[in-house]
Amino acid sequence: MRESGIGGARLLVVDDNRVNRLLLTRNLELQGHSAASAENGRIALEMLRRESFDLVLLDMEMPEMDGFQVLEQLVNDLQLRDLPVIVTSSLEGIDSVVRCIELGAEDYLAKPINPVLLKARLGASLEKKRLRDQQKEFVRRFATPEVAQDLQTSGFALGGKRVDASVMFVDIRDFTPLAESQPPEETIELLNTYYTLMFDAISAHGGIVSLIIGDGLMVIFGAPVPQPEHCDSAVRAAMEMIETIDLFNVERTGVGKPRIRIGIGIASGDMVAGYAGTNERATYTCVGDTVNLAARLESHTKVAQRSILIDGATRAALGDRIPVEPLGPIQVKGKSVAVEVYAVLVEN
Amino acid sequence: MGNDMDGNKGNDVIDLATFRALQDSAGADFVTELVDAYLDEAPRMLETLRSSLAARDQDAFRRAAHSLKSNSMTFGATALAAIARNLELTTREVVAQGDARVLDAAAGEQQRVAAALQELTNA
Repeated sequence: MRESGIGGARLLVVDDNRVNRLLLTRNLELQGHSAASAENGRIALEMLRRESFDLVLLDMEMPEMDGFQVLEQLVNDLQLRDLPVIVTSSLEGIDSVVRCIELGAEDYLAKPINPVLLKARLGASLEKKRLRDQQKEFVRRFATPEVAQDLQTSGFALGGKRVDASVMFVDIRDFTPLAESQPPEETIELLNTYYTLMFDAISAHGGIVSLIIGDGLMVIFGAPVPQPEHCDSAVRAAMEMIETIDLFNVERTGVGKPRIRIGIGIASGDMVAGYAGTNERATYTCVGDTVNLAARLESHTKVAQRSILIDGATRAALGDRIPVEPLGPIQVKGKSVAVEVYAVLVEN
Repeated sequence: MGNDMDGNKGNDVIDLATFRALQDSAGADFVTELVDAYLDEAPRMLETLRSSLAARDQDAFRRAAHSLKSNSMTFGATALAAIARNLELTTREVVAQGDARVLDAAAGEQQRVAAALQELTNA
C-alpha cells in the first residue's frame, strides 16, 4: 500500500563479502529499490560523498575501514549525518550492536537477513527519512541556508549573542497607493516577483532575510555565520537590488505599468542576534541601536530622495571601494545626537 | 531435480529448509549464480584464514572466519557455520600459536558444502 511512497529508494550496500553483497542487492531490487554496492567503508564514504543515497545497509566487519569507523565519520559529517544506516551483521556479542546504535545506526538486522524483516525495517527507516527530509525542506523554504545550517549544527534555542553585523531595511516606496490602484491578485504577483528579485540579490551576498512585513524586508549580514566583510556585502547587495529593480521597471513600463521604487537603509555594528519568539514560532533576528538606526535610515531615504543610505560605521568599513556622498549629520528619531549619513552613489 | 539425492546430500551438510527458502525469496536462478560466487570465494576465505594464521594476524583471521560464517548461514551450511563461528571467537592466544590444524575441520567441511551446493544447483 505504501509501495509507491517508499519503493524506488536508492540504497547503498556496504559489505566486504561478495555473496552478501549480491544477495542483499538482489533482495533490495526485488523489493523495487535500486542498490549500489561498496566492498569496504572507504569506498562507501567516497560514494556517499559523490552521489545521493536514501539509506545505507552497512556491514561491520570489513577490511580497510570497518562499519564502526564509517558510522563515526557519518556522524561528524554535516551532509551525511542524517542519512539512515541499517547495520547488517552477524556480530558476536550484544555490546557491538549497542555500540552501533550509540554511534547513530538507525536499526540492526542480523545476518542472514530475512527478506520480510528487511522489507519492514527498510520501510520504517525510509518513512522516517521522508519525514525528516520534509522537515528540512520546510526549514529550507522558510529560513535561509545559513539559518538552516545553524539550526542543524547548534540546534534550536531561543536566546541571543552579541555579533558584529550589518542590518538592512528595504521598502517599496508608495506601495499602499499602488496596491490600492490595482486588483489584489496583481499586487500579490508583484510582491512575489519583487521578493524573488530581492532574495536573489540578498542571498548572492550572504544576507539572510529576518523579517518580511508587507513590502518591507529586514536583512542581516554577518550572522549567524560571521562574515568579515559584512558592510561591503550589505552595500553591494543593496546596489544589486537597485539595479534589478531598474531592469524590472523597464519590463513594467513596457507593459504600461507604473515603475516601482525602493528605499534601503543600512547600519553596521554591535547587536544582539538570535532566535526570538516562542518555542512554537521563532525567527532569526537581531535587536539593538544599530537595528533601529538602519530602520530610520530606510525611512529617511524618502526625505533625502536617495535610494541607499548608510551610517558612518558602514561607510568607514567600505573605504574607497564604493563611492558615497556625505549628506552630513542628520537628526534621526530615537537618537539624541545627530548621526552622519551617507548616500551610496548608484546610477539612477 | 533428484529429490532423493538432494535429500541425502542436503540433510547433514546443508539445511534444506534454509536453502529452499533462499531459492523462494531470491529466485532459483539467482541462487545458482550466488552459489557460483560462493564457490569462487570460499577457497579464498580459507586461504585468508591460513595466511592470517601464519602471520598471527588476529583481525584478518577474525574477519575471514566471520565472512565464512556469514555465507555458511546464508546457504544453510549449519555445520560449517558453527565451525566458522568457533574460529571467529578463537582467542588471540590460539591465533598467536599459528597452528594450522585449527583449520582442518573447516577445510574438510567446506569441501562437503561445496559439493552439496553444486549438486543442489546443478539439477
